Amino acid sequence: MSSSRRDLAFAALTLALFLAVTFAFPGFAAPRNLAGLLDDTAILIMLALGQMLVILVRGIDLSIAANLALCGMIAAVFDRAWPGAGVVPALVITLVSGALLGAFNGLLVWKLRLPPIVVTLGTMSIYRGAIYLLSKGAWVNENEMSRGFVSFPRLEFLGLSLLSWLAIVVAAVFMVALRRSRTARDLYAAGGNPEAANYSGIDAGRMQFIAYTICGAIAGVCGYLWVARFAVAYTDIALGFELSVIAACLIGGVAIAGGVGSAVGVVLGCLFIGIIRSSLPLVGISAFWQMFINGVVILVAVFLSARQREYKRAILEVRA
Amino acid sequence: MHASLLSLTDIRKSFGGVRALERANLELTRGTVTALIGENGAGKSTLVKILSGIHQPDGGEIRFDGNTVRIADPQAARALGIGVVHQECLAFDNLSVAENLFVNCQPSRRGFVNWPAMRAQATAVLRDLDADFDANAPAGSLSIAQKHVMQIARALAHESRVLIFDEPTASLSQRECAELFRIVHKLRDAGCALLFISHKFEEIFALADRYAVFRDGVSVGAGSVADVTGDELIRLMVGRPVDQLFPKVETTVGDELLRVDHLSRAGEFEDISFSLRRGEIVGLYGLVGAGRTELAQVLFGVQPADSGAVTSTADIALVPEDRQTQGSILPFSVAANIALPNLSTLAPRGWCRPNDEAQLARQWIERLAIKASGPEQPVHNLSGGNQQKVVIAKWLARRPGVLILDEPTKGIDVGAKAAVHAVTSEFARDGGAVLMISSDLPEILGMSDRVLVMRRGRLRGEFTRAEATSEVLLRAASDA
Repeated sequence: MSSSRRDLAFAALTLALFLAVTFAFPGFAAPRNLAGLLDDTAILIMLALGQMLVILVRGIDLSIAANLALCGMIAAVFDRAWPGAGVVPALVITLVSGALLGAFNGLLVWKLRLPPIVVTLGTMSIYRGAIYLLSKGAWVNENEMSRGFVSFPRLEFLGLSLLSWLAIVVAAVFMVALRRSRTARDLYAAGGNPEAANYSGIDAGRMQFIAYTICGAIAGVCGYLWVARFAVAYTDIALGFELSVIAACLIGGVAIAGGVGSAVGVVLGCLFIGIIRSSLPLVGISAFWQMFINGVVILVAVFLSARQREYKRAILEVRA
Repeated sequence: MHASLLSLTDIRKSFGGVRALERANLELTRGTVTALIGENGAGKSTLVKILSGIHQPDGGEIRFDGNTVRIADPQAARALGIGVVHQECLAFDNLSVAENLFVNCQPSRRGFVNWPAMRAQATAVLRDLDADFDANAPAGSLSIAQKHVMQIARALAHESRVLIFDEPTASLSQRECAELFRIVHKLRDAGCALLFISHKFEEIFALADRYAVFRDGVSVGAGSVADVTGDELIRLMVGRPVDQLFPKVETTVGDELLRVDHLSRAGEFEDISFSLRRGEIVGLYGLVGAGRTELAQVLFGVQPADSGAVTSTADIALVPEDRQTQGSILPFSVAANIALPNLSTLAPRGWCRPNDEAQLARQWIERLAIKASGPEQPVHNLSGGNQQKVVIAKWLARRPGVLILDEPTKGIDVGAKAAVHAVTSEFARDGGAVLMISSDLPEILGMSDRVLVMRRGRLRGEFTRAEATSEVLLRAASDA
């Protein structure tokens, strides 16, 4: 199945889920509720798009949530020290620091040829530990943050929060760039067959470095957005969130073996998780079932794509 | 006389302390097919990698169209117009054919990939080659032969003037080879300079105008194919005459060891019946994809049969086609690999005894003349021929009654080939039965007491040693 056909099928499934929930709870489709759903899913969408780049080139970024938390703390500490500085410095600082943390992962994978899962498992702990060193274990609360800093992601524009708009813009850029930019086509090539990429003059390791850096930059900015949205920064924010991000990628059709994935699929994967997450409380089902359902969906998705690849080579003559 | 397009003079290259190339010379001219011949480890692959910009030579001169050049990276090779068709079919299975042709150099407009232009250019090149697949098809859906055509198309899309074919026919059927040869001739007539690397002498004589022989990284001979015989080429390759190829010894055929009755497996083979007797080498010939490997796997018990019966009064051992993934455990030592199927005798109570394993390994290293530093050397450090010897050793050490060999000498050099043939003959002489699957006609003809031919999953004929000739076997194996 080509990835566009898979996306179409998955879009139909997500729509069916949405309609089923709406049928049971007509209030679910109210504009207000949908805007809230998008707002809740926006950070997941941006992170999953970054993570997708890394998985495309046969990597994985387990440190993505720790990177987010560290950059969020950096932003919070910065805002506490210079309350009047505004939002732009916070965005720039988190973008740069996130990119640096991602580039560190990328360098270890590229230059030292360490396995990505080991590298990012290590940096995940390092980045979390660094938050503790930076904050000395203390929280930065809403009353220590400036008004502009906290309100930025919640500014409304045409009925949607600025956070939602950011996710829409990032998703749109990914959709165009993944299809049309030459760097992105090199990413797909390097992930699909690193050896062949090497023979074509593409340095697969360098492509991994680029993917990690972009992923890190996104995680950094999301760190500021997360801290501002929840108006608190502490060591354990977004703890374990990397697994939701990876789950969204897998549900959205990104192949863990690399080389396959689309921005549309990943956004749908995030929305799928978002719909389940926001509808379950309506049905009165616990959060445990949300994890359970996500898990089943991942296994079914992976099973289906594995079955897809297994085709039988017919040796016998076909008889009329 | 054609002008030389690409010439290499005294190329040297070492990896660590290991010398891969020393005084390598090669001359490629327009409108000429040059065959590059040499045993495994003679430096052919290193030369290809230098020409494709993957490795840099330590010394020597590369001249292209009269000018000294440096092929710094794959882009530089492409810019010069050097294209490579790799043996392993380096393809991006997840991308379309068009993308494969233009990977890393997509037609673009203002920095964006120009998809319509890319598809149009790809379609044009594929039409030139009379390819039977579409530019939009995912590369993963192509057969190996089609992927070769795609690699040729990739080279042509970049207007290559030098094309290097690195053992392109290793996994192609007869008909696919003929198609490839047609394209090669077309390119030659269009004025390309072609370098053809092959182990198969029939191909070299059918296809090439000139030859160049490497031995241990040194050029040992070059000239016109018309003025040379196969024996002379072998002598150049190995540095000595090899006359012990196919050392078939006469044996007396004894009682039946294996009987196959009406064996079938859906989509793979149908209604196969034959028997193997003590002292016999039975060749199983057929084209790639005839169902021979699948049959061997059922006989060995890796896959179940759908119907029919296999009756055997002896142990069966299988030396599989792919020694790297199915035959051996590459990171394990020689000793550990040989011990693996023999642990029930080596370690009857579940505890391994390294000394006994090493002892067993030393026996076989000596018996098969395996070139290893000792029992502890990891198998992935050995050459292909020696890896194959280890795989054969591990099964012979079990003392099986029936030995199934699946393409036992594919891709290994002449010397190792002779050793494999010798040990096979010995095994039959000592009362074993051998089923030897091979696509190598001289090997089948030279080694077999009887030849079975399979085509499209069915047995199409059985021939005695006296009846079997190349023509007879080929006719039975191909779609008549």
